[in-house]
Amino acid sequence: MTARDEVLARIRYALSAPADPVDPPRDYRRTGEHAPGAPQLLQLLTERLTDYKATVHSATPQTLGSVLATALHGTHRVVVPPGLPEEWMPASAVVDDGDLSYADLDTVDAVLTACVAAAADTGTIVLDAAADQGRRAITLIPDRHVCVVRAAQVVQSVPELLTRADPRRPLTFISGPSATSDIELQRVEGVHGPRNLIVVILND
Amino acid sequence: MSKVFVGMPAHAPAGVGALHASESFPAAARTALADTQLRRNLGAATTTIRAKREAVVGELADWEQLRLAGQAIKAATMARLDEHLIRLEEEVTKRGGVVHWARDAAEANRIVTGLIQATGADEVIKVKSMVTQEIGLNEALAEAGIAAWETDLAELIVQLGHDKPSHILVPAIHRNRAEIREIFLREMPGVEASLADEPQELAMAARAHLRRKFLTAKVAVSGANFAIAETGTLVVVESEGNGRMCLTLPDTLITVMGIEKVIPSWTDLEVFLQLLPRSSTGERMNPYTSMWAGITEGDGPQEFHLVLLDNGRTAVLADEVGREALHCIRCSACLNVCPVYERTGGHAYGSVYPGPIGAVLTPLLTGVLENPSLPYASTLCGACFDACPVRIDIPSILVHLRARSTEQTRKPPSAEAIAMTLASWVMSSPRLFGWAGRAMRAGRLLARRGRIRRLPPPLSAWTAARDAPSPPRQTFRQWWRHRDGGTP
Ligand code: SF4
Repeated sequence: MTARDEVLARIRYALSAPADPVDPPRDYRRTGEHAPGAPQLLQLLTERLTDYKATVHSATPQTLGSVLATALHGTHRVVVPPGLPEEWMPASAVVDDGDLSYADLDTVDAVLTACVAAAADTGTIVLDAAADQGRRAITLIPDRHVCVVRAAQVVQSVPELLTRADPRRPLTFISGPSATSDIELQRVEGVHGPRNLIVVILND
Repeated sequence: MSKVFVGMPAHAPAGVGALHASESFPAAARTALADTQLRRNLGAATTTIRAKREAVVGELADWEQLRLAGQAIKAATMARLDEHLIRLEEEVTKRGGVVHWARDAAEANRIVTGLIQATGADEVIKVKSMVTQEIGLNEALAEAGIAAWETDLAELIVQLGHDKPSHILVPAIHRNRAEIREIFLREMPGVEASLADEPQELAMAARAHLRRKFLTAKVAVSGANFAIAETGTLVVVESEGNGRMCLTLPDTLITVMGIEKVIPSWTDLEVFLQLLPRSSTGERMNPYTSMWAGITEGDGPQEFHLVLLDNGRTAVLADEVGREALHCIRCSACLNVCPVYERTGGHAYGSVYPGPIGAVLTPLLTGVLENPSLPYASTLCGACFDACPVRIDIPSILVHLRARSTEQTRKPPSAEAIAMTLASWVMSSPRLFGWAGRAMRAGRLLARRGRIRRLPPPLSAWTAARDAPSPPRQTFRQWWRHRDGGTP
């Protein structure tokens, strides 16, 4: 008997007197009070992110250029994914064609990307490695991550957030910069992931 | 102990891994209780985390509905565990992953060692995985000449301190900042003597120490918090970014996962992603959660192996009362509220799974004869059930296991003595605790849907002694909250 067949046989034996499976109740809150992109949600997202030590700016299509310049202040090389919208492109952009080594990525000052969705309740941003976000390594190795969130991408609840993400793609859920609670259970920001997370909420 | 027949659920074998205690709970606890530094560290840490957890749980008006949903999803999953695992295997395979099955710790270790050897690597980076501690993977790899680097800060502290984990979430919870600084100075090459004992500086020292490893490692070994059957998606919940590093940068990723971690659908995850972070670190959401399904060209590891581990889990499933312990999502909330854990710490439990969940899960995995004193490592106060995000009825399972150990060993008196000793530690400071906890417990257990018909020892002893207590003036939780304020 292979290990697979044996483990499955053990499970079936163990379940020979199975409990009745019941359909799980889903009467918890699945949708929030506010529609995606509502001003209340943008406000809440800002508060939640700030609470976990991310920096948040808001921008309009007109002010985006100068807001991004502020967010990228002091950087010399900024890696960007291949599908970043042209109008967001900083002068110092290094476009990732998939060939940048990890050592190269370790020398750039920042990364600038879009996202696929965000949840206000928890202050969470989701990346799904689409062309405007890039492969996972580029948002991981640089020490500063500047992420543009479009207002329409902001939902309220975690269940709503999951409906906007495709579980067959590589997903990264980000809620604030890298942190640890491993020393005396006190939260300290900044360990291995980007130590600075700057979120630009774009009201377009 | 018992003979194993092909196809019969089997307990986790002794001799490998970290489930079999070398000394009994009361003996180990006595040592721990004498360590005042340990008790101070634990007291400070658990007080912090209880307050954080209560605050973020209080933000959700639907917390109880989420708990009920979590409990029901887990129960429904276990009822069809074979089907969900087969679906998971199909989906992972379809997306370019390779699925392996392991009956026990030794088989899992052999599989992982072979996979690493096939890549030619002689070192791996690891992201916190209780299951690889359970099976003693690092020791097995060391024997094969493969170095395993723990990358989680707390794991690193434990590894560098040549120590053992003592908490599910924060394995180095028994260490305070000054002790951690000492360990880093002693064990981390290149650390300056000027290193301060500030959490921020200590975290930065760990960052510098592991950076090169992350950027050059060829193979990573991880655990998994959840695996979604219908999509083949693996989920790792973490804080520091070491998980992202391990899951993204190496060429080969090997994930070891207990068979109970599977959940049926993507929608189910919406429940656990709300329950887990609030219960474990007391955050609305943990900083990072990574998910992947098989292999993605041009992004992340191009070789992915998933090892599905039994190691006693089918024996737990076969126990109709105990099987609920398989619902555990390893949040550690039950540890943080447990008055026994707070006094003894995690090492006393002698297993990688400490605290209330460890007191049931460990003997269920190994068979109760292998860990006969663990079901007595509790006062049955019920705080663990109240805190558990998936409503595992730990007190009832403890009582069930006590009955079983009494049946099997026919030595109830010594066991009773253990439990009474434990109760006296807890009751020794405010006596009110004992009365409130005791009365509540007896009521709870009697009221439970007829699963427990008689009260086995030591409850029989306790109920016999219940001639004079006045009714509790406050519930356990009120008392506990009050106590955190420093005035019992
Ligand atoms: S038993 Fe419940 S409270 Fe304890 S670690 Fe598991 S899920 Fe968390």
